[in-house]
Amino acid sequence: MPIELKMPALSPTMEEGTLAKWMVKEGDTVSAGDVLAEIETDKATMEFESIDEGTVGKILVAEGTEEVKVGTVIAILAAEGEDASDIEAPSGDASADDASAASDEVEDVPGEGKDVGREGNPLDIDKPAAKPRADDPEIPAGTNMVKLTVREALRDAMAEEMRLDDRIFVMGEEVAEYQGAYKVTQGLLDEFGPKRVIDTPITEYGFAGIGTGAAMGGLRPVVEFMTFNFAMQAIDHIINSAAKTNYMSGGQMRCPVVFRGPNGAASRVGAQHSQNYGPWYASVPGLIVIAPYDASDAKGLLKAAIRSDDPVVFLENELVYGQNFEVAQLDDHVLPIGKARIMREGSDVTIVSYSIAVGVALEAAKELAEQGIDAEVIDLRTLRPLDTETILESLAKTNRVVIAEEGWPTCSIASEVVAVCMEQGFDNLDAPVLRVCNEDVPLPYAANLEKLALIDKDRVVAACKKVTYSE
Amino acid sequence: MAKASASGNGKSNKAPAPSAASENPDSEENFALRTLQESLDKQKRFEASQEQLMHFYEQMLLIRRFEEKAGQLYGLGLIGGFCHLYIGQEAVAIGLQSALDNDRDSVITGYRDHGHMLAYGIDPKVIMAELTGRAAGISKGKGGSMHMFSTEHKFYGGHGIVGAQVSLGGGLAFAHKYNEDGGLCLAYFGDGAANQGQVYETMNMAALWNLPIVFVVENNQYAMGTAVKRSSAETEFYRRGTAFRIPGMEVNGMDVLEVRQAAEIAFAHVREGNGPVLMECNTYRYRGHSMSDPAKYRTREEVQDQREHNDPIERMKKLLAENGVAEDKLKEIDKGIRATVSEAADFAESSPEPEPGELYTDVLVGEY
Ligand SMILES: Cc1ncc(C[n+]2csc(CCOP(=O)(O)OP(=O)(O)O)c2C)c(N)n1
Ligand SMILES: [Mg+2]
Repeated sequence: MPIELKMPALSPTMEEGTLAKWMVKEGDTVSAGDVLAEIETDKATMEFESIDEGTVGKILVAEGTEEVKVGTVIAILAAEGEDASDIEAPSGDASADDASAASDEVEDVPGEGKDVGREGNPLDIDKPAAKPRADDPEIPAGTNMVKLTVREALRDAMAEEMRLDDRIFVMGEEVAEYQGAYKVTQGLLDEFGPKRVIDTPITEYGFAGIGTGAAMGGLRPVVEFMTFNFAMQAIDHIINSAAKTNYMSGGQMRCPVVFRGPNGAASRVGAQHSQNYGPWYASVPGLIVIAPYDASDAKGLLKAAIRSDDPVVFLENELVYGQNFEVAQLDDHVLPIGKARIMREGSDVTIVSYSIAVGVALEAAKELAEQGIDAEVIDLRTLRPLDTETILESLAKTNRVVIAEEGWPTCSIASEVVAVCMEQGFDNLDAPVLRVCNEDVPLPYAANLEKLALIDKDRVVAACKKVTYSE
Repeated sequence: MAKASASGNGKSNKAPAPSAASENPDSEENFALRTLQESLDKQKRFEASQEQLMHFYEQMLLIRRFEEKAGQLYGLGLIGGFCHLYIGQEAVAIGLQSALDNDRDSVITGYRDHGHMLAYGIDPKVIMAELTGRAAGISKGKGGSMHMFSTEHKFYGGHGIVGAQVSLGGGLAFAHKYNEDGGLCLAYFGDGAANQGQVYETMNMAALWNLPIVFVVENNQYAMGTAVKRSSAETEFYRRGTAFRIPGMEVNGMDVLEVRQAAEIAFAHVREGNGPVLMECNTYRYRGHSMSDPAKYRTREEVQDQREHNDPIERMKKLLAENGVAEDKLKEIDKGIRATVSEAADFAESSPEPEPGELYTDVLVGEY
């Protein structure tokens, strides 16, 4: 059978091109790899090579022809044993056939994202309905409450999970022999040994990749970053490798890895060591992002993170590590991912917050109470998926929202919450939603300037007064 | 503290993590970067049975014909985006992967991944259907040419970020060691990728932790339009493990039997618990970097010269003919493969695109 040579698409966007020059003439024999013609696209002149062997029968599009549509038959090749001179040009004009010709009859062309044979509105696609989120499990009456630091709670979470599942291991800089740069992994090496508690070289991109690959290979790594500032060297693996691969593989590839470590401003360490990455990671589909405040949530959510089959970014805060909180003494204290927590009920204004700023919000609420304003404080706990339901329910009750976030205001979690309130809670709003964030500057070193740059109670109080029109 | 480091001098090569089992003495005498190369030099080519030779030939030819067809479908607009063909490099994947123990070993590579999948005997239909973005594709049409996986075969992709597969491969090797499953990871990357920092981060950890991994540089002489000489201070890539005490091997990647022989040596070394090997396979891609590459950075003569003198498939064809395989037999094989590939193309053209609802599936595994 003679072979039809069609105008090729030579780039992802090419729809037509100029047949600049024929490099063969009728009657020439060609073999695979020979250049048949030069074709100009909008970007470059490309050589069109033969894939088959044969004899050039007819040339159907003369050189110099412009705007030749992709798919147009431009020449006919006689295969071995055929007589090139016998070959007839396809009837009619030498217009595109097959796929391209089909575009005349059917509007939809397979592979062009148009959707062959299916009608309907893209808005009708059955988007999976958000499942109602589980509440925190009841703590049985009479349960013993113990005081734990956040640091201990995190360590206990890892140790408990490691006892249950041999696939879990911890890796990072100084996590083993040094017992953790911030002592979060204290004692783990003693209990679990060097196979499961692994000191890495200072090589964030590399060990984030190794952790991610190990998760793909069936293990359950907990990768500690000394702080999340250094994870910028590893962010490619967190996003491109860990978050996207399950989707790109059509659900074949699992990546149950936890990336954890301190996030946000510490104390007097300057701009490169002080940044909140919550908004960065929370913008990425395929990731779970958790940023707890107190010890109970730190423990219950880290356990849940380790058990999750999805990649989790778990953002801690160095300034909170040493704070004590009550934690229920339970065999298995696991909390639901994706559920916010109402830290203080109130009726006049809602303060939405997470991580260290929850402490600030609670202080502000206390002061507001003294002034007769009853604030509700929500700890988001999980930044992705965001518990919009809890925010909107609270908004419906208080009609006013302020977001307190230890981080920059631009493209922040606060911005996201504002958008949620506008899109889904507008009718319930009695005042504009306000963001109380850090100043929009790199964090300075000088004590006075640092203080000025960071969110504090007074700013949250002022914002709450503003939205309640009490000033 | 329960475990101190193996030696207190802070200079010990093999730290106990992740397993204390490493018994590799780290004396200088035992550290011979060239020993594997010497073994290969002693016997360069794998002694294959006639049956194996035929099999190598068929597999390489399948890749060649598949890729040619993919190029055609791209030209027709049926394949979109970036599509990187493996034409010219077939001997590398076949030589290496034919030596794997598929029950336990894993493979990972970059975006130029069609050949590595075909080497597993994965149905060309589901690969081609992924290239055309159809529901029947191996990634349900959601990955495309650069992002294909088969966990069933322990093939872990298919990665679009140059160099990322190397550290991910380090993680797969870590898992082999952690699980004590006796497997090794074969991690392929390009001469361009060889300049990525994470490659060396991974080599360091792989050597430090004695991971079962074979790093394979598929040196096809170019990274897009950049010739190796213009990007690399050390163009002998097999030497680049020296800083980490990783033995190197330099292999003619255009000869499937030499690649296979090198694989035998490297895999045995890794399986004996000696840690990683770095293998450079010198090869050549005949086509542009991706389908939209005008290839102005090299001469036609250079490409033609490689095709005429070094083609891995022609080489094997000649060997088979010398061994008495009839011309007709070879023609028949080619015909069969062409038919398989045409069938795959038909399937890929005619099978439906993913359901719209697939947009939202596989983002997360759990429900939250
Ligand atoms: C991190 C990153 N940088 C750049 C690119 C764009 N890119 C894709 S392939 C490529 C060339 C890689 O060449 P090489 O490693 O030699 O592999 P080959 O394509 O020759 O197989 C480049 C620059 C990318 N995908 N990822
Ligand atoms: Mg290359």
